[in-house]
Amino acid sequence: MPGRLKAKIVAGRHLPVMDRASDLTDAFVEVKFGNTTFKTDVYPKSLNPQWNSEWFKFEVDDEDLQDEPLQITVLDHDTYSANDAIGKVYIDIDPLLCSEAATVISGWLPIYDTIHGIRGEINVLVKVDLFNDLNRFRQSSCGVKFFCTTSIPRCYRAIMVHGFVEELVVNEDPEYQWIDRIRTPRASNEARQRLIFLMSGELQRKIGLKVLEMGGNAVVGYLQCFDLEGESGLVVRAIGTACTLEKMSTFPATATHPNNSSPSKDMKEPGFGEEAPGVPLSSGPPTPLRAQTFSSFSPSKSYSRQSSSSDTELSLTPKTGKISSCPVGHLCHFCMIPPSPFCVFQEYPFFTLTIFPPGFLLHVGGVVSARSVKLLDRIHNPDEPETRDAWWEEIRQEIKSHAKALGCHAVVGYSESTSICEEVCILSASGTAAILSSRFMQDGPLDTEHRFEEVVSPGCGFCHIPYDELNIPFPAQLTYCYCCRRYKVPDVLFTTIDLPTEANVTGKGCLIQARLCRTKKKAQGEGNAMAISNLLPFLEYELHTQLMNKLKLRGMNALFGLRIQISVGETMLLGLASATGVYLTALPSPGGIQIAGKTPSDITYEQHISNMQKKINDTITKNKEQYEINPPEVVEEIIGSPIPEPRQRSRLFRSHSESSDEVSEIDLSHGKKDAFVLEIDDTDAVEDIHALLTDSPTPAGNTSMFTSVRVFRLNANLTNQGLNKIFSDLCENLLKSLYFKLRSMVPCCLCHLNFTVAIPEDELIQVAVTAVAMSFDKEQTLENGKRSGEKTLIKGKPCLVSSTPFFLFSLLFLSTPLSFPLALLLSTASSMEKASPLPEGRSRSLRSNRSYSGSSVAVVKMTPLSFIPGAKIIKYLGIINMFFIRETSSLREEGGVSGFLHTFIAEVFAMVRAHVAALGGNAVVSYSMKECVFMENPNKNQAQCLINVSGDAVIFVRESELELTSVQPQSATTQTSNGGEGT
Amino acid sequence: MSVELDVFVGNTTIMDKEVYQLWLNGYTVNDAVKVRIEGGVMEECEASAEVLLSDTMDQYRTFQMCERLLHHPAKLANQLLFQIPPDRQAMLIERYYAFDDSFVREVLGKKLSKGTKKDLDDVSTKTGITLKSCRRQFDNFKRVFKVVEELKGPLVENIRQHFLLPDQLARDYAAIVFFANNRFETGKKKLQYLTFQDFAFCAGQLINNWTLGAVGKTNNMMEDMDVDLDKEFLQDLKDLKILITDKDLLDQHKSLVCNALRGKTNVFNEMEANFKNLSRGLVNIAAKLINAKDVRDFFIDLVEKFIEPCRSDKWTSIDMNLYLTHYTNSAHILDTFKHHAVWTRYMGVIKSCILRMYHD
Repeated sequence: MPGRLKAKIVAGRHLPVMDRASDLTDAFVEVKFGNTTFKTDVYPKSLNPQWNSEWFKFEVDDEDLQDEPLQITVLDHDTYSANDAIGKVYIDIDPLLCSEAATVISGWLPIYDTIHGIRGEINVLVKVDLFNDLNRFRQSSCGVKFFCTTSIPRCYRAIMVHGFVEELVVNEDPEYQWIDRIRTPRASNEARQRLIFLMSGELQRKIGLKVLEMGGNAVVGYLQCFDLEGESGLVVRAIGTACTLEKMSTFPATATHPNNSSPSKDMKEPGFGEEAPGVPLSSGPPTPLRAQTFSSFSPSKSYSRQSSSSDTELSLTPKTGKISSCPVGHLCHFCMIPPSPFCVFQEYPFFTLTIFPPGFLLHVGGVVSARSVKLLDRIHNPDEPETRDAWWEEIRQEIKSHAKALGCHAVVGYSESTSICEEVCILSASGTAAILSSRFMQDGPLDTEHRFEEVVSPGCGFCHIPYDELNIPFPAQLTYCYCCRRYKVPDVLFTTIDLPTEANVTGKGCLIQARLCRTKKKAQGEGNAMAISNLLPFLEYELHTQLMNKLKLRGMNALFGLRIQISVGETMLLGLASATGVYLTALPSPGGIQIAGKTPSDITYEQHISNMQKKINDTITKNKEQYEINPPEVVEEIIGSPIPEPRQRSRLFRSHSESSDEVSEIDLSHGKKDAFVLEIDDTDAVEDIHALLTDSPTPAGNTSMFTSVRVFRLNANLTNQGLNKIFSDLCENLLKSLYFKLRSMVPCCLCHLNFTVAIPEDELIQVAVTAVAMSFDKEQTLENGKRSGEKTLIKGKPCLVSSTPFFLFSLLFLSTPLSFPLALLLSTASSMEKASPLPEGRSRSLRSNRSYSGSSVAVVKMTPLSFIPGAKIIKYLGIINMFFIRETSSLREEGGVSGFLHTFIAEVFAMVRAHVAALGGNAVVSYSMKECVFMENPNKNQAQCLINVSGDAVIFVRESELELTSVQPQSATTQTSNGGEGT
Repeated sequence: MSVELDVFVGNTTIMDKEVYQLWLNGYTVNDAVKVRIEGGVMEECEASAEVLLSDTMDQYRTFQMCERLLHHPAKLANQLLFQIPPDRQAMLIERYYAFDDSFVREVLGKKLSKGTKKDLDDVSTKTGITLKSCRRQFDNFKRVFKVVEELKGPLVENIRQHFLLPDQLARDYAAIVFFANNRFETGKKKLQYLTFQDFAFCAGQLINNWTLGAVGKTNNMMEDMDVDLDKEFLQDLKDLKILITDKDLLDQHKSLVCNALRGKTNVFNEMEANFKNLSRGLVNIAAKLINAKDVRDFFIDLVEKFIEPCRSDKWTSIDMNLYLTHYTNSAHILDTFKHHAVWTRYMGVIKSCILRMYHD
């Protein structure tokens, strides 16, 4: 009995009227954990009951603590008939199991019903007392921290990065069980919600066990997904990167403030002066003590494998030889070397991280991806995870071999996804092949010396080719690096990671998106799978061509954060690729785009072509101006290209399990004319959007996260081209619409634009976008002007310009001067005065939260980014992973499909905010909406929607407040802790 | 291709003031889009009509979802569904409870009943305000009326606290409630020249001086202390009749006023000739106020018995002010007149009301 869970039901408010006669409600509460249930007294005739219950105590195993949610049901007491349920609250108590996360859950939580939505709120208190259990055969993994953030979380340092962890659990989907025919939709939805809560708890526990076995204490870049397979089951799977993290020394204000207080120092090296995410450099070298604590996680400790878990052999069961070659002594040795002891000693050297500490990422090879088409009705044992494990294993192997072909030993920015339509399932995985710093690997000290020299040029080093130039797996055009002139670089670079903070960039970045729609014949089973497999290479080829052309049209040469999504429907396949385009200084200037006419004899056609060519050239010039791309003039020197004719090549590895090791090269020299025409339209649109961006903004605290969902009905019998155009217009219109909506925030930019496409039905396309809009404070821009002397100084060095987190993921994009660390501004006396008259920015700060007259609702920010501009994250409170189902049988009355979904999304936001506030947090970072499955049946006036969201609950403090706290550290600590409670 | 579903939800609810106003004004989505297009927002942002339509629909949905909360503004600050910054909340509430002067003139003093609500389409046609907007405004009046009806304590303060309205708007609502409760007649043709603000001013005067709450007698928070007139005071007003029934007193009063005004005004002759009529008018109004029916006619009586005769004699506002000042003060010098307190309380209100109402 290693844990005691305590819950207290305080009060309710805004309850719905359950008794028509009295217009009141006789409410009571059931508190359930596992198989134990407690009840409160009935509080008669009130819509705002005050139960003030005793502490309900559950004595349970910590395994259950991890798996089970606390389930609170609010009911209306009825003397004569059955009690009516008002709604439920599921509380994930995982954050309470980790000493460094939240300590109590306390606050108003919305009472949710899958048919009626939010029905009032309930105030609860939840605590956990954990007893130490040192049983090494234990099944639980309490204390392992989980982060959705794909970088080392801000107030931690990485002692070691152990590598890839994955897990997968399967269960029967309650929606497809026989009992579903006789039970109510509410019961069915609740069974499903509860099951998914249980499954994700179990999944997290199992992943935690693997992490403990590897010697880690945290999972970073935790990505959990649901596959609603239908008849064959419900799969919850997750991947992540196991790490050993250590909390950075005490209160950040004391640690970092001295650095920032001297602006001149920051001027010299703003890349390091500002505490970049997970850069442990500035926090001093690890002490021997730390090494000691660490050695206790000796990998030579005996493993206790759970037979119940679904290890895919490869990932967990490390080959004994490998493990033993990494003795304790070695580990200590790693830790003694500052700054960032990443360690790679795994079968799958995959990392879900997208941001790395400087010096960790040595070279980037390019994007590697693998897809495979599977039939769900062919699973022999649908209730067991083995088949799915084998599928993923296959794909991971392929990714690994692709990386090897690129001369790389690791894959970073790794992610996995699925698309399901009826019995067909496309599994996809993608990442960026890379070479990581081997200083901390077993290669030996000799090699270390050699590698260390390479790291000297951080601004361009990662662009240098990792593969042997005489033995390139695909044709490419190589030149000497435009920065250091010592190593070879490719002509273009595609990656799935974020732009490294130390990269040299010229000009600004922008969103680059390729969209594609392909019809396919309706088919069944094997034939269908075959047809899809055959289509996939073409789809990917065209997406790639589009990306390449659009990149060139903007005069850029590299893509970051590339995400290719392929969605399958009954009669079509959708492809959507989004990325941030930039001009890497180290890479050669991209060549222009040539149009080759098909029938040279026709003069008018020739003319048309040359007009087109002129148009394209003009656009490129215009774009270069717009994005401020003025690369220094260099004498063109193409050296050592193994290809005789200089053709435009790229490296994108794709493959399908059907056509395994076929490396497809992509030849862009004969691009299709049609594609260009399409692009000209696109350019216009992007220009519109770009008008949002001003020239010298500074990030202010004013950010706004939103989700937008659209479903389009297509007309039947459209050709491929017609479909393409429609799909492309659809995305463009959505972007235009966002631009229009957010005009009041101008100057602003949209960051972390996350598109998700789906084909919910025949002839329906669903596009969901989540992004954050950041506005820049005009006052601060002015302030910038005053300090123009310093500013130009910084501008002069393009490498500094890119050295901030603001450049990281954003798709639709930030202009460069943005990269001013806010700390830099605030560290001067003048900015102190300025910091106070910013009512807007500060209005959401902790202190002002409480000053809202009469409001008991704490403001909670949500952002898909891993940081909050102008603020410091001082504590991670735990992962938020919520799953909701909403169903209605009165669709018209609820405002049709749009009204229904609008309400539901607003409710999901509200519940996320409430849970974060109850944990004591004031923001969610790395927020994402993983799943939004919408189904309707207008004839029956019914609709159903499933939403899965996740993120990290955090406490942040504004930089301006930190400043104040550094003067009075004592009061500061109390203030933040108070504020965290979220009054 | 058709859009089946199109939603946009922000963590912080995004609202456009202009669209909100269009929604409040009762425009349909399509009409609102037309207005917005004419407003030139399209050129400004290079948006298309489609984008505008989608945006307008989104906002309308949001407002509809918020409306329920706006009925109880205090809930807006405590609800979890929408994260709205406090300044936005205040804006939403203020605009939701704002009303058109032309509309309120139509229903001022009427019983806020279902019957009145049924007649709103006539009001809508007459004023040119959409029926939807009329209904919202009417429902707001009714809601405020119902809430404060059951509350004790000062009227304006109650409205301000319960509906989180700014001071001026709270005062206007107090006037509306006061008029509805006492059913003052405001619709007669002779009263048409008066604006809502004229009436609101008078209501303020009455509330502050003639109700129970006004005298501060009732520290024990009597019910409806601001909504009902002080019965005792109304009873006392009957005593003022002596000013017109006692002939000596009337003559004495007249000569005092005339002496004071002689040479100071261009309409002295008319004033002297009319003194007895005017004085009778004002004192009779006072004496009758004890009857509820006559309270309703308070404003029409003021106009007929006092304002109209003066206007036909072409008094200026300055003349009016001068006359009323001396008329009030002279009464205190009268030997046999004992009801000084009641007289002051009565004439104070009458004077400011008449001065406010004396315009074209």
